[in-house]
Amino acid sequence: MLSHRSRSLPVTLAVLVGAVLAAGCAAEDEGAPAAASSSGVACEKSTLQTVTQGKLTIATDEPVYEPWFVDNKPDNQKGFEGATAYAIATKMGFTPAEVTWVRVPFNAAIQPGPKKFDFDINEFSITDERKQAVDFSAPYYDVTQAVIALNSNDAAQATNLAGLKGVKLGAQVGTTSLQAIEDTIQPNQDPAVYNSNDDAKQALINGQIDALVLDLPTAFFVTAAEIDGSKIIGQLPASGNAQEQFGLVLDKGSPLTTCVSQAVEALRADGTLANIEQEWLANVAGAPVLQ
Amino acid sequence: MSQPAVSAIERDRQAYRRARARRSTGIAAISTIVFAGALFLVVTRSPGWPRVRQQFFNLEVARDSLPRILEGLWLNIRILVVAEVLILVVGLAVAITRTLRGPIFVPLRALAAGYTDLFRGIPLIILLYLIGFGVPGLRLQGVPTSAVVLGTTAMVLTYSAYVAEVFRAGIDSVHPSQRAAARSLGLTYRQSMRLVVLPQAVRRVAPPLLNDFVALQKDVGLISVLGAVDAVRAAQIESAETFNFTPYVVAGLLFVALAIPTARAADWTAARLERRERAAGVL
Repeated sequence: MLSHRSRSLPVTLAVLVGAVLAAGCAAEDEGAPAAASSSGVACEKSTLQTVTQGKLTIATDEPVYEPWFVDNKPDNQKGFEGATAYAIATKMGFTPAEVTWVRVPFNAAIQPGPKKFDFDINEFSITDERKQAVDFSAPYYDVTQAVIALNSNDAAQATNLAGLKGVKLGAQVGTTSLQAIEDTIQPNQDPAVYNSNDDAKQALINGQIDALVLDLPTAFFVTAAEIDGSKIIGQLPASGNAQEQFGLVLDKGSPLTTCVSQAVEALRADGTLANIEQEWLANVAGAPVLQ
Repeated sequence: MSQPAVSAIERDRQAYRRARARRSTGIAAISTIVFAGALFLVVTRSPGWPRVRQQFFNLEVARDSLPRILEGLWLNIRILVVAEVLILVVGLAVAITRTLRGPIFVPLRALAAGYTDLFRGIPLIILLYLIGFGVPGLRLQGVPTSAVVLGTTAMVLTYSAYVAEVFRAGIDSVHPSQRAAARSLGLTYRQSMRLVVLPQAVRRVAPPLLNDFVALQKDVGLISVLGAVDAVRAAQIESAETFNFTPYVVAGLLFVALAIPTARAADWTAARLERRERAAGVL
């Protein structure tokens, strides 16, 4: 009995090790396709390694907001980002019918695993830190941050950054708006941080915060169409020396990054981006820059 | 301890048992080492490991994000302490109300039962929104607008309902003979509750209460939906700046460190309780 048991022990262990190692080997081997990207300058549609061959899968969050998209329907080609996404697809050789949309929450877009989209368009600001985790395309929009308040709130009278120091500010989590509060305004009170701009707007209406920081196009839309009796106090100057820009997010080392960037650059060069901006962000005019 | 004379057969048996025990320990050790080693190899040799390590276990990001996360955790701890005290008071009050006897207390009992039904049933996050954004929306004079105050109120309402049921279970578990004995000694209802029933009930439900306390430790962070920056929200902010998940791992480890003392306290309380009851049995 005893001797029988001791013979079976190594066998059991071997099976255990084998099973675990087999599971490891079964893990898919990614990274191999990335090598092709550096050399692949030709951006023929037929050679593009998209998630689904012959289709372009574009991701954005759920829900999406004006003026970036209209009616939370990315596939209606409306709104600045809706129109831009289709312009990029067309430039890359895809017809609108070959574009598929997927809804991807923020964390799923930046996680290290395989992505289910070719690129994600959702007002992602390009920073060097973020480039360590994902690829960004060439920028498609230069953005600034703006501060809004209810007319009835004292904060609406502020004319400079110093006037915002003592104000209770709010922003959406994960945005550069929040970073702008901390870097540029440096208020005396900690800012309130909300899950979404919808929550932040409710807090503004309730008087739980005095002023809200948003990107400028959203600020124009919110003050004009969403919150009665609110106004833009002004734009914030860029915190560093760099202009803040939106870029498309791609998987780190994606074979498509070069081609997508080429498409964006081409759209900028031929004036398409300017036209889309004129169509969807026409009212985003100069708001005073707070100093 | 002096042992009586042991027969040769018994000594053989003991030796055999010791050998078996040694062998079991050996097998357990080897199997654990092999399994842990294999798991380690599978993870670190996986094709995505360099990126996962970069995005989840990045020491530099961890260092940079730690001060803000600790600041957030300090808010968690302060809310936790205040909320826990209020929850124990409200929960006990509701439980005692639910166990009142006599037809005259029907409205109170119904109210207490309705309270537990409502606040145990409603998802905490929805209650947080209703209280955190709805109450200040009324713009009533004197009603707080602070996310921390409103959020703590919502936590207390929800957790008091859970804790009330734990207390009620404790009160119901005290044998009716205890109550009858207390009353026959001339104690009033109130005295028998205070001196006889509650001390036994509370001692008996200490482990599940500590369990709820651990759950509360993690749930207080939910008030971040109202704008307050707790440890998890701080991690989210840091994570969004860098597109790196390491701050979440840092916050997670801090929460585990926070929960361990409570878990040990729960074990210790349970063990002490068992000892006491066993002692009574032996006597």
